[in-house]
Amino acid sequence: MRLRTEQLSCVRGGRSLFRDLSFELAAGEALAVTGPNGAGKTSLLRIIAGLLSPAGGRVALEDGGLPLNESCHFVSHYDGVKGALTVMENLSFFCALLGGATDGKRSVAPAAALSRLGLGALGELPAYVLSAGQKRRLALSKLLAAPRPIWLLDEPTAALDVTGKEVLLGMIGEHRARGGMVVVATHLDLELEDAREIFISNGRAV
Amino acid sequence: MSALIAIVLRDLRVALRAGGGAGVGVIFFLSLVVIVPFAVGPDMPLLKRIGPAMLWIGALLATLLGLDRVFAADHEDGSLDQLLMSSVPLELIAAAKGFAHWLASGLPLVIVTPLLGLMLGVEPHALATVALTLLVGTPGVTFLGLAAAGLSASLPRGGLLGAVLVLPLAIPLLIFGVVTTNAAILGEGLGSPFRFLCAISLFFLVLGPIAAAAALRHVRE
Repeated sequence: MRLRTEQLSCVRGGRSLFRDLSFELAAGEALAVTGPNGAGKTSLLRIIAGLLSPAGGRVALEDGGLPLNESCHFVSHYDGVKGALTVMENLSFFCALLGGATDGKRSVAPAAALSRLGLGALGELPAYVLSAGQKRRLALSKLLAAPRPIWLLDEPTAALDVTGKEVLLGMIGEHRARGGMVVVATHLDLELEDAREIFISNGRAV
Repeated sequence: MSALIAIVLRDLRVALRAGGGAGVGVIFFLSLVVIVPFAVGPDMPLLKRIGPAMLWIGALLATLLGLDRVFAADHEDGSLDQLLMSSVPLELIAAAKGFAHWLASGLPLVIVTPLLGLMLGVEPHALATVALTLLVGTPGVTFLGLAAAGLSASLPRGGLLGAVLVLPLAIPLLIFGVVTTNAAILGEGLGSPFRFLCAISLFFLVLGPIAAAAALRHVRE
């Protein structure tokens, strides 16, 4: 499986964010997208996820078998967690919604996913009592409970504490070892092992 | 299929728990019907005559309450992104959300209608007909409103826009709903007006989710 972007360009609000962005990602590889605020990191992830149409160029998944939006997980600041539902109900919903394509294949039980992220004892609590970091952990738990080959993580360490960051790095390592791909947008240094890097700034991608 | 059921169940849970707003429509409906006799005065024959119309107007406006939040809430908290990452087409997602919204806020209106009809002096034998016309008509209004909800998903105060867009298109439902009930009061039974009501409602049930999905795709670009 290969993820390939060709000559991607993105225009938001009449402003060109980046142009001619091309990269390839093979199974097991990771890509770190860095750059200042507003450079277009999130827009790039949304384009890969199929949530945003690029102004030019294209994204293709070779030997994937599924369309891009069904192969990717997108985790961002807007985590889609409903405060009125319990933590477990939120995760079960994500599993039912996003896990359909890979029924049971290598998936982790929702309860196990929660305890991996340190939320094991909070399953029955309504999600509105969670702190920002715990909400982020809940959003990350769907990566384990509803397996998908490509993870698109937008500032995944924001609001996470040191242990949370370590757990996430461990999850990313295991995911890559199984042949998964990870694209991380971050303005901090996330210590990913031998990750490729793209720096977007002022409309240029390096 | 399981994803669709999950969407319906989630939206029902969110609507029925504290702060979900499912009861707002019923309370609005109740207050409207309760104040009508005070405004009209103690004129039973008049009240009897306008009763079905008042019930329909109340139910129509109550159905519109909260419709603007169907997609706006999911747009704000990122749920819409997650919904779009599933294998379910956006049209079916919209239909599932519309169905859940109707179950939580439209069906209770139908259930309380016979009781409120008694307060307006509607003939007992016509109460079932009013409820039946609302059972058929309110899903049409809800699904028609889905299209407006899709359009106003990214607007911070889209509620009024939705009502302005929906009300003119809901008038055929209102007309045939009230005509059916009046015929029932005169003992004429369900005739062609009721069939028209069913047809228009079915038309909106199909068109609403398609229009909502198109509007959402356009709005999110």
